[in-house]
Amino acid sequence: MRSHPLFQLILLRYREFIREPEALFWNFAFPLLLVAGLGIAFREQPPDIARVAVVTPQLAQSLRQDKQLVVDELSAEAALAALRAGKVTLIAEPGPSGEVVYRYDDTNPDARAARMLVDRAVQVAAGQTDPVVSTNALVREPGSRYIDFLVPGMIGMGLMNSGMWGLVFSIVDTRRRRLLKRIVATPMPRHYYLLSFLCWRLILLPLEVGIPLGFGVLVFGVPLRGSLLELAVWCLLGAFTFGSIGLLIASRAKTIEGASGIMNLVQLPMWIVSGVFFSADRFPAFAQPFIQALPLTALNAALRANMLRGESMLQMKQQAAALSVCLLVSFLAALKLFRWR
Amino acid sequence: MPPAALRVSNLKKTYKDVVAVNGLDLEVFPGECFGLLGPNGAGKTTTIEICEGLTEPDSGIVEVLGLRWETDSKELRERLGIQLQETQLSDKITVLETLQLFRSFFRQGPSAEDAMGLVQLQEKRDARVGNLSGGQKQRLALACALVGNPDLLFLDEPTTGLDPQARRQLWDLITQFKKDGRTILLTTHYMDEAQQLCERVAIVDHGKAIARGTPRELITSIGVEHVIEVSTGSGAVDLERFRSLPGVRSVDRIEGGAQLQVSELHSTVPAILAELTHQNLPLTELRTHSATLEDVFVALTGRHLRDA
Repeated sequence: MRSHPLFQLILLRYREFIREPEALFWNFAFPLLLVAGLGIAFREQPPDIARVAVVTPQLAQSLRQDKQLVVDELSAEAALAALRAGKVTLIAEPGPSGEVVYRYDDTNPDARAARMLVDRAVQVAAGQTDPVVSTNALVREPGSRYIDFLVPGMIGMGLMNSGMWGLVFSIVDTRRRRLLKRIVATPMPRHYYLLSFLCWRLILLPLEVGIPLGFGVLVFGVPLRGSLLELAVWCLLGAFTFGSIGLLIASRAKTIEGASGIMNLVQLPMWIVSGVFFSADRFPAFAQPFIQALPLTALNAALRANMLRGESMLQMKQQAAALSVCLLVSFLAALKLFRWR
Repeated sequence: MPPAALRVSNLKKTYKDVVAVNGLDLEVFPGECFGLLGPNGAGKTTTIEICEGLTEPDSGIVEVLGLRWETDSKELRERLGIQLQETQLSDKITVLETLQLFRSFFRQGPSAEDAMGLVQLQEKRDARVGNLSGGQKQRLALACALVGNPDLLFLDEPTTGLDPQARRQLWDLITQFKKDGRTILLTTHYMDEAQQLCERVAIVDHGKAIARGTPRELITSIGVEHVIEVSTGSGAVDLERFRSLPGVRSVDRIEGGAQLQVSELHSTVPAILAELTHQNLPLTELRTHSATLEDVFVALTGRHLRDA
């Protein structure tokens, strides 16, 4: 009993993938590490506590009233050493004529903040009262943090990377080995070969998207406000678009080096301008029509609209159109140009 | 005469400004092993790839198993076994997995396990292709050509780059397939390979078949039975005097001596020795061999296969 050639080809995709530990790392572990690393770096922190040094017990006592200050009471010499070492950001010391002198670096924002806190504590301890009463209403809403911005961008970038790399590397390597020609010399219908990549992308997709998404949602509480079905459709559309671009790049290239060059040329601008790590809006207005037409910009915008704002596909028609056009054009061009040997 | 398994007539193919095949004719009969022998760049690979339906000829007729590529490619693909020059199979999968993959492409043929047995790779069943030796890889490529139980087997330079032991092992396998009655077309630039494996050969040079026949017929056709090489150290030989010795067909100067094509050894060798004594030259080496296809190629083109 022979198995179906398409099944065997998908099995080949699976085996080549699973037996390449680097591919596993770059596909799954690396994006996760990146999300975790950036998520921790930009996490919501309790307001910074300023650490300051004082040289008299009186000053220490008045400053300790403020909960946002950690006060070290040190000798003048030790305080200066602590300041130079960056252990404290400011020294409060009595001046020659009874005033308080703050010794700090005014180019350091933390030190300037400490100066304000310390001065206020000193003034309050001396009896100052506020002429206007004020209270705080704190906003720390999920969906507006950096991690919320980052996770959809990472998913978009992951779809681009694996969609293009997986396809391009495999096809070009097969051609370089003259294995493509050998496969074409069998009775197997050629389209099965390309179909096997499509199927394999479909199999990998839930993992590729699910892992960073699940991590973001569970660990950082990234919101999922839109329709999950539409989110899946966006991911599919993105995966196929980048797969088609990959197919186009792989259609002629004979060496991995040649293909990587083209791929970097295509990917690098999108990593930078398409809003993976920071908003695409930061680029000048004259570049925006170009930036917005890039598939990764469209995909990232659509993923954010879905996840963070709960917008439907109908509200993101422009992005859907940008992706679809790119998908169709590159797929048709790839079919036209593809060299089977 | 049975209908030909492969018939090629007046085949032409030009790449840009290089004429690869220039009016080549060929006929391969069922059950025979036919060899295309020629130096690198003679047009052998282009010819075999046209027969395999991988390259389009500019003109000429190609009939494979009585069928045409233009109309019967699907049928032909099922019935041909193809081994390309220098195909590297996927390194990451095992021998058995490779054969299962290729087996799935054909509607009938031996199982992957049986195909593995045909090329004696059972021991390497679960070894990754990347870990096989050159000879083992080549045998696996051969097995991939056999999984469809082909009526006609194309082997393009099956032993190029292999060590002598691996070559011999591959020859044994091909000899075995011949006993099973398979039709084989192979290309090679090794004259010993053609002589060993092929019932008939065509010598190809500059895109044309310049001679055709059994190895024996071809060797006989040049009228040379034996080749004698004499080395005389530093002394220069007088070639003209050699030319008039009995049984000598032709004489060429080679480094440090002379090469003579002769029809019989027993009368010529003593005459050569006497002549050397006469010329007062020392004999440092004397070698003889029966004429080979290499000598046929030299006689036809004035060049050697290996440096043509």
